Amino acid sequence: MNRINQKLQEDKKLLSIYFTAGYPALNDTVKIIQDLEKNGVDMIEIGLPFSDPLADGPTIQASSTQALTNGMTTAILFEQLKDIRKSVRIPLIIMGYFNPVFQYGVEAFCKKCQEIGIDGLILPDLPLDVYQDQYQDIFKKYGLANIFLITPQTSDERILKIDAASDGFIYMVSSASVTGSQDGFGNTQERYFQRIADMQLKNPQIIGFGISDAETFQQATKTSQGAIIGSAFVKHLTNQGVEKIPDFIEGILTVKQ
Amino acid sequence: MNYNVDEKGYYGEFGGAFIPEMLYPNVENLRQQYLKVMADPTFIAEFDQLLKDYVGRPSPLYFAKRLSEKYNTKIYLKREDLNHTGAHKVNNTIGQILMAKRLGKTRIIAETGAGQHGVATATVCALMGMACIVYMGEIDIARQAPNVARMKMLGAEVRPALSGSRTLKDATNEAIRDWINNPVDTHYIIGSAIGPHPYPDMVTRFQSIISEEIKWQLKEKEGKENPHYVVACIGGGSNAAGTFYHFLHEKEVGIIAVEAAGKGVDTGESAATSVLGKEGIIHGCKTLLMQTQDGQITEPYSISAGLDYPGVGPMHAHLYKTGRAEFIAVTDDQAMQAGMQLSKLEGIIPAIESSHAFAVLETKNFKPDDVVVINLSGRGDKDLGTYIDYFKL
Ligand SMILES: Cc1ncc(COP(=O)(O)O)c(C=O)c1O
Repeated sequence: MNRINQKLQEDKKLLSIYFTAGYPALNDTVKIIQDLEKNGVDMIEIGLPFSDPLADGPTIQASSTQALTNGMTTAILFEQLKDIRKSVRIPLIIMGYFNPVFQYGVEAFCKKCQEIGIDGLILPDLPLDVYQDQYQDIFKKYGLANIFLITPQTSDERILKIDAASDGFIYMVSSASVTGSQDGFGNTQERYFQRIADMQLKNPQIIGFGISDAETFQQATKTSQGAIIGSAFVKHLTNQGVEKIPDFIEGILTVKQ
Repeated sequence: MNYNVDEKGYYGEFGGAFIPEMLYPNVENLRQQYLKVMADPTFIAEFDQLLKDYVGRPSPLYFAKRLSEKYNTKIYLKREDLNHTGAHKVNNTIGQILMAKRLGKTRIIAETGAGQHGVATATVCALMGMACIVYMGEIDIARQAPNVARMKMLGAEVRPALSGSRTLKDATNEAIRDWINNPVDTHYIIGSAIGPHPYPDMVTRFQSIISEEIKWQLKEKEGKENPHYVVACIGGGSNAAGTFYHFLHEKEVGIIAVEAAGKGVDTGESAATSVLGKEGIIHGCKTLLMQTQDGQITEPYSISAGLDYPGVGPMHAHLYKTGRAEFIAVTDDQAMQAGMQLSKLEGIIPAIESSHAFAVLETKNFKPDDVVVINLSGRGDKDLGTYIDYFKL
């Protein structure tokens, strides 16, 4: 069984952290992953930086631009990660945009992920129908879960379709927004969270976008199995540096218990 | 060979809708509605009436006598420069604002590079009393002050795109992000034949009025609908798509697409996508685009802001790949000389984008009996500053 599925069987609310690979410094990638695991994070999304990240707000955009300026490439990321499974056990997911994967070669990319021990991919601009027509078999062959997004605007009919095609979990985008543009959840979100919970989908849901602190983490995980923090963590890296990772995670997890 | 879009939104291998799920409901709704709306008689009537009374269509097909003498062939100019707002862009914005109204949208967003599409969008929003927000790269805002002022006079809010390289591609990213953040009330008026399906096809259909008119105008003047060649410049490809549309399946008509070579295709400062681009995904569609080996989208260069886009619309990628269209790259210098020549010989100062199309006359030999229709996509008022600097006027 894939590490993601295994993790999801644990009886706890999962904390997943996104960061942009190659940021703040090119070679911070491995240290960040190790520190996140050490401090109790359950799953990590490693951002493969892209020049034109359509679904991201200013924080993640800026970190991506900086990572590319630092010299990050797909090949360098794979090189940095090649021994990661000697030290890290939690699920690792690569999150990025489709064009860099397409240029690397989808099959070559997936093969490399399997060699390294990557468990899944999140590619927001690879649509469901294209995935199913052209790439599903390749993902399966290399044991990679493809994680799909749903949003408050996604119809029930489409959610069921996505649920059927999903493996691992469904990434619930908390509100109509790019990353990092929320503070706090209101009634609209809570109703949406409940609506999805009531659908009894076969895949667990993890909520992302707009989770920034212990409070939003708690709100999001009331009805879901976990939550993903991205922009708030990247901002913390910007302001506090990689040495202060424990402070950030502690701040989320203290209230969590 | 079919050169139109197929039912899945592809032109051969190019096109599709590579969009994040957040955009799916809007793009899918548009996909389901656009052909129905465009076929509705009340829509057609309103569109036609605005094109006639507001834009000033049909735009003339003008026989350029002195230019024809100089190149010893028969050259006609399709005068999109005479449209209201000074370019072909308004054909598309009129169509899309009517579409937006029928989809129940109340807020319009757009991207712009040189400001031509931004002005055309702000114009139709003023006409329809709709809120209008135009994203424009911070660098372009500084370069194109008169168009920024025009948009403001027309009631639009111009928001600077501060990310990435702060030019057209980043303005497009910002517009897409805005749409993600405002999925219910907002329609995104894309300015070229780019983006996720159905945009390239919808924009092409709105611009196809250009070739529709060329056909009957040529019939009047030459006794036959088909010229030997149609020529247009390509940024994202909307004026070219409109100029080519009704000739795509007329085998006897040669199609010439003119790209901006900038300082030369080998200089690293160029926008000649067919030469420098590779297949990939940009702004929601699979097409040819300029990128690093690693799949990062690169910054193009052209003296003409409207051709300064790192991709081409998927229809054009297909026309290139199948060999249906001949692609010619023209440098800044060639385009500027062609613009000056048109001014001197015909009394018409073209937009620098359009000047690129005229530069083809220097490199390609047409026969004396050939009928060559060149799309004059816009007028040069907006480019006076560049002409002044270049020619030290
Ligand atoms: C006059 C003119 N021609 C051509 C273009 C290029 O766009 P497209 O390739 O979509 O026609 C522009 C874009 O701003 C323009 O203003």
